[in-house]
Amino acid sequence: MSRADVLVDADWAEAHLDDPGVVFVEVDEDVSAYDGGHIKNAVRLDWTTELQQPAARDLIDRDDFSALMSRKGIGNDDTVVLYGGNNNWFAAYAYWQFKLYGHDEVKLLDGGRKKWELDGRELVKDVPERPTTSYVASDPDLSIRAFRDEVVASIGSKNLVDVRSPDEFSGKIKAPAHLPQEQSQRAGHVPTAINIPWSKAAADDGTFRSDDELSKLYGEQGFDDSRPTIAYCRIGERSSHTWFVLHELLGKTDVKNYDGSWAEYGSLVGVPVQKDV
Amino acid sequence: MCGAPDQDTLPALEVSPREAVVHGFVTRDGSALAGAYVRLLDSTGEFTAEVQSSATGYFRFYAAAGDWTLRTLYRGGSVDAAVTAEQGSAVEAQVVVPD
Repeated sequence: MSRADVLVDADWAEAHLDDPGVVFVEVDEDVSAYDGGHIKNAVRLDWTTELQQPAARDLIDRDDFSALMSRKGIGNDDTVVLYGGNNNWFAAYAYWQFKLYGHDEVKLLDGGRKKWELDGRELVKDVPERPTTSYVASDPDLSIRAFRDEVVASIGSKNLVDVRSPDEFSGKIKAPAHLPQEQSQRAGHVPTAINIPWSKAAADDGTFRSDDELSKLYGEQGFDDSRPTIAYCRIGERSSHTWFVLHELLGKTDVKNYDGSWAEYGSLVGVPVQKDV
Repeated sequence: MCGAPDQDTLPALEVSPREAVVHGFVTRDGSALAGAYVRLLDSTGEFTAEVQSSATGYFRFYAAAGDWTLRTLYRGGSVDAAVTAEQGSAVEAQVVVPD
């Protein structure tokens, strides 16, 4: 697998907007972004309400993923191109979920909404009508998903990559700084985790760094290629971005996303927590 | 929730004693600039958060006390502004985008 198999640029996207086998999917937490204008022919996925079970705080299951895809008019053989706001955080989360349920052809649009907007490319308000499909998801591929017990057992033995900002890692703040800081969980990080913020993997405009730059970044920050890896953040979307970098762009093996992330780990009773401030 | 909230629909500002808010407006040629990408960088230049300015050019961050840089991306370029946040208060920063 190469970068071209998993990542497309805006020029490629513009040239394929009307391709029948290509489905553009905008993934946002804030649905108003799509309503205000989206890439032509793109359908919408709401990260909060459609890709998660809100009450259980878990991913939707295989049957619900199949039903969601069918409802959106996405077929098993379609090439899905994901993009979104927040530097593609939620698009990367969706990408990881598409892979979890076995979708073959899925790609990220490099730079997402931000790059598209800063380039001054066209956004439209027309909502496409796609006929429903009979999508069949595969059983979840748990080789790319980590759960809390595995994280605790991995302390000191696997690459635990905390991709939050340095102030969240140290425990100085509990959430990204665009959010109020009143959170229930403890501040800090999993002991032995290394802090490689997701943002180091992207330029200001949200596009990914080159493969050479990315390899150098993780090498310099203490990433051990001989060990399995678990990436985490606060709720699993920024770590999906880093999972995409490590597993899809750099082709590293045995990389999992811990989607429970700090919102879960930092609320557990009796697990070790390192706080630096 | 983890994504940047819509800056058009933020709740009224209430600063807790444990927070240090940085907020303000993005303007160009004296008028509000909506849709600019405002990035909050820490004292080492590391990214901390990003929001898009609202219809009135407004942005808000819940930072920590200390020195920060606001890097604002707009179509055609970017501009940096320095700001110092204080615990328990809201510091207002003006971001002026060149014509």
